Amino acid sequence: MHSTKSVSMRALGRRPLIVALVAMVAAAGLLAGTATAQTEPATAAPQSRFVVVLDAAHGGDDPGGRLTGGISEKAFTLALSVRLRSLLAARGIQVVTTRESDSTMEPNRRADIANHANAQACLSLHATETGSGVHLYASSLPPVEPARFAAFKTAQAGWVTRSLALAGVVNSSLLGAGISVKLGRTALLAVDSMTCPAVAVEIAPKSPPDRATGAPPAADLDDPDYQARIAEALAAALLEWRTEAREP
Amino acid sequence: MIPRYQTILFIVLLVASVAMGGVLWNLRERAHQRLVAGQDSAPTQAPAVAPAEQATLVVANDDDNTLLQQAQSLPLPQDPGQRARAILGKLLDLYAAPGSAHPVPGGAGSVAQVFLLPASSQNSDPGAASGNSKASSAIPRAEDKTAVPKLGDSIPDDTRPLLAVVNLTGAFVAGHPSGIETETLTVLSLCGTLHANLPRVTQVRFLVDGQPRATLAGHADLTRTYLATDDVAQP
Repeated sequence: MHSTKSVSMRALGRRPLIVALVAMVAAAGLLAGTATAQTEPATAAPQSRFVVVLDAAHGGDDPGGRLTGGISEKAFTLALSVRLRSLLAARGIQVVTTRESDSTMEPNRRADIANHANAQACLSLHATETGSGVHLYASSLPPVEPARFAAFKTAQAGWVTRSLALAGVVNSSLLGAGISVKLGRTALLAVDSMTCPAVAVEIAPKSPPDRATGAPPAADLDDPDYQARIAEALAAALLEWRTEAREP
Repeated sequence: MIPRYQTILFIVLLVASVAMGGVLWNLRERAHQRLVAGQDSAPTQAPAVAPAEQATLVVANDDDNTLLQQAQSLPLPQDPGQRARAILGKLLDLYAAPGSAHPVPGGAGSVAQVFLLPASSQNSDPGAASGNSKASSAIPRAEDKTAVPKLGDSIPDDTRPLLAVVNLTGAFVAGHPSGIETETLTVLSLCGTLHANLPRVTQVRFLVDGQPRATLAGHADLTRTYLATDDVAQP
């Protein structure tokens, strides 16, 4: 009887300790949860682990634009993402994709995946039937000094300088492959929340539409050779980017 | 002989029927009054004959991803809001014309209203960096939406910067081509045109059918406040 009482008293005496331990575990979990809002300094030292995030835009209920040839933007971007993932994996680059199927995905979720991957490059893949060549867009957020914590909607602001550098590398690679490129800056919901060097890559037809005759653009977006050249050029650019990132 | 309880039941049912009839009549009257109140019975403003004036349009070009100034002569009303709407309407007429370098269907009727409001000082930071291309000078700000002044606020003196709220029609947005380049050029050309003709307009927000909307046609972010600076008006 006495020993039972003493055991229960000891248990009562340990209860505050258990509560404190549980509180510490909960606090650690909260800290881990806020990691999505943290931004690593854009000038962080090169890391041995090189991860690329491929974001195939649209999907599911959001078909994106209707491209010439009857294909939807969501199908085109997914096919390009799969092709590019294979090329990068063959070159030993770890790839994280935001979607692998025709599924609906909110912009915040895409950014969340990219931010958790701690990637060294993020490409948001798009397609359009307006314009020509490849359009490269970095975020138009004004660059700011990297901060430990950043607002989710403008988290890219601390990475804009690196994103512009990545756009330059991709631009050089595409031009080298004989593909015309247009550079710009824009406001995209997913990209503006990413904490990695991020570039939106928009694939347009090889040649612009003939405005004089009003003829539609050539259906060359589904040209396998054109797609292969672009994918190869993007893979080469990311290899170059990895080399630059590893240089001291 | 009718039993007493049946008489009482009949009277109760009769009273209930009359009461329900009264309630229904009352509801019908209230619904009718709501419908009447919803109709805009204000007299339409007679069209004023305004002299033609020079306006500067910042016109987008899909072929080279640029924005270029173009002078146009058109009759402009005196009211700043209507003036802004007329200028933007002219710009969208150019885009809807055959052979346009930035083809967007819709035309002048695509801008439902333009509201000019005092810009909050929090958002009027002119030091925000601009982009590296002509098409990137109207940069978005991501401040919270509560910073937008109320529509009832009066326009202050002639020196304070203004926020322009452009209300686009749903038909225009539904017909807009999808793509980062074309959507970005549309947004930036609207911002640049507003600032070129109304220099006090330094910030621009967009609504679609009076409601906030995430993107223009799947890409360009419409939830942000765009800063319209002098850069975008430069040739």
